[in-house]
Amino acid sequence: MSDVLLSGWGRTAPTRAHVVEVSDAAHVAAALLHAPARGLIARGLGRSYGDPAQNAGGDVLDITGLTGIALDAANGVATVAAGVSLDALMRECTPQGWWVPVTPGTRQVTVGGAIAADVHGKNHHVDGTFTAHVARMALNLPDGTLVDVYPGDALFNATAGGMGLTGVVVEADIQLLPITTALARVDTDRFDDLDSLMAAMASGDDQYRYSVAWVDAGTRGTLGRGILIRGDHANAADIPERKRTLAFDPGTLATVPALVPNGLLNKASITALNEAWFRKAPRQRRDELQSLTAFFHPLDMARDWNRMYGPRGFLQYQFVVPDSAGHVVQRTLEALRMIGATSFLTVLKRFGAEGPGLLSFPQPGWTLALDIPTGVPGLAPVLDRLDELVIEGGGRLYLAKDSRMTPRTLELTYPRLAQFRALRAEIDPNRRLNSDLARRLDL
Amino acid sequence: MIDALSRPQSVAVFGATSQIAGSLLQRLRSPALRHIVLAARPSPARDSLADSLRTDTTAVTVLDFDASDPDSHPGVIDAAFAQGDIDVTVIAFGVLGNQADFDADPASAVEAAQVNYVGGVSVGMRVATRLREQGHGALIVLSSVAGERARASNYVYGSTKAGLDVFATGLGDALHGSGVHVMVVRPGFVRTKMTEGLPEAPLSVGPDDVADAIVNGLRHNRETVYVPSTMRFVMSGLRHVPRSLFRRLPI
Repeated sequence: MSDVLLSGWGRTAPTRAHVVEVSDAAHVAAALLHAPARGLIARGLGRSYGDPAQNAGGDVLDITGLTGIALDAANGVATVAAGVSLDALMRECTPQGWWVPVTPGTRQVTVGGAIAADVHGKNHHVDGTFTAHVARMALNLPDGTLVDVYPGDALFNATAGGMGLTGVVVEADIQLLPITTALARVDTDRFDDLDSLMAAMASGDDQYRYSVAWVDAGTRGTLGRGILIRGDHANAADIPERKRTLAFDPGTLATVPALVPNGLLNKASITALNEAWFRKAPRQRRDELQSLTAFFHPLDMARDWNRMYGPRGFLQYQFVVPDSAGHVVQRTLEALRMIGATSFLTVLKRFGAEGPGLLSFPQPGWTLALDIPTGVPGLAPVLDRLDELVIEGGGRLYLAKDSRMTPRTLELTYPRLAQFRALRAEIDPNRRLNSDLARRLDL
Repeated sequence: MIDALSRPQSVAVFGATSQIAGSLLQRLRSPALRHIVLAARPSPARDSLADSLRTDTTAVTVLDFDASDPDSHPGVIDAAFAQGDIDVTVIAFGVLGNQADFDADPASAVEAAQVNYVGGVSVGMRVATRLREQGHGALIVLSSVAGERARASNYVYGSTKAGLDVFATGLGDALHGSGVHVMVVRPGFVRTKMTEGLPEAPLSVGPDDVADAIVNGLRHNRETVYVPSTMRFVMSGLRHVPRSLFRRLPI
């Protein structure tokens, strides 16, 4: 237990909190009952970009001590403690023929964090968000009582995407997906402009379980040219016997050192990286077999890659807009290119139906995510204007990525916010649960 | 909360009617800014400043504040923090005075020390307690290069700023690791109402320059900011000039 400065993955706006380590549900209940005036928030592996897992002047509960996986291998239901990472869960379940049904771009998130942010993956248009596969959560309410909540419960819907503000999840039952190999069968297509990329996604994504596009957001080349990567799990029956495997053995290629100067990732270097990435991709490739790690988590090969942006840090701007506002994707790329705000990790994806989570991010349409160094001059007003386009278009920003939205934007884009606030006021009148995000946005 | 782009949601300024404070507040305006506290003596300037800053999304609270009356400070600071956290607090008050007047009326020299130094300590200590509790925030203290080396022409003013500067610098170290960022700002000659009629010194700047430097310092988490930045090297040299020579310099 100690006082430490905490920030999110973007390494911006650090604040001080008292970190409390817990190893079981009883500890969690005790921590909730002894929460200081400025409250408590659970923190997993700190992969949210902004401030949801920090709590200035209050307590931060380190839940990575909540470990334990029990897999019912017959039915594919895993009972998992909230501090278990998706990485650990995959290492346990993949060799037994079960896959975590929703995985974000990194395996280094906890189950608790995946529920709190209601994360999505490349299969959202088919399989929905993470909590769509959660059959039960054990939730420590703000008053310390431990309850089981199930899909359909009001508390379940508030907790799915509720950014940890309804209680502390200590355990969850997750329905896994059966697989016969640890391989993906992947189709890759390269597009020279945004319109053809988006047209291909709109017409063809339904034929794939997994689909995501990488978009060139450098300053050279046709705006929005990109690489579309789509695929599904490879069936053992369809591939040669010598290639069949359920082994899951992701490696780490490199760790980024702690001291990287500001400006290493700048307009020129990011543009060059984008150019190289685009050139490297084949124009068209079909039925390539890739390991699941290479397909889902290429960035996990480099540890601590957020340090690449230097001590000033970076932010991720991720929005979703309905199909009717698809033009916001292009407008965003244009506006950021105008001020030289280049992004290396630029991801475009189509979402499927909205889930029941009150503050859950995905809704049908287009989602675009860009990583931008915060030092870019003129970034703040440009992002403010893009917020207005997202509001007008009927979209919203992702709380797990946000580090700069205003309460007004939140109110205008999350129609079920009032319901969430009412429930929070009811179950947590004394604000035992609180975070910097909650304070910044009046959650 | 200060956001990822270093924009505060709440700002409190003690000595809000100073020109530097006014320039700074203009620069801190943004859609993120929700609450401004203006602490100053009652004046039409204070009220018109409040009117100019108030918007649909930014509320402005005006508080009566007298830097020379430390007994009144606890109440003012309670009021400033009554509506929640303050992300950026600015100690902007201060009197320049005039060495000849101080010589003629020692009581006025005591009063300058009371405002600049004692007032700064009084507000600074109390704000520091609040910021330590909230675990985040920035405290900006307007010092002066005059505090770095005493000059015969304004040593009373210089000594008040020297005291304030050492206080704020030490406070910054004491708060290191607490989540609180203390920034000491040392402008050279600033062309304001306060310095009107005085001969301009070399490297003089306007209040906007000071405000720009503060915003930049917030972005980069600077602990000491000279305005202009070249003043850092000038002062670094001047500190080592022998007294016998220094007192004959035309500064």
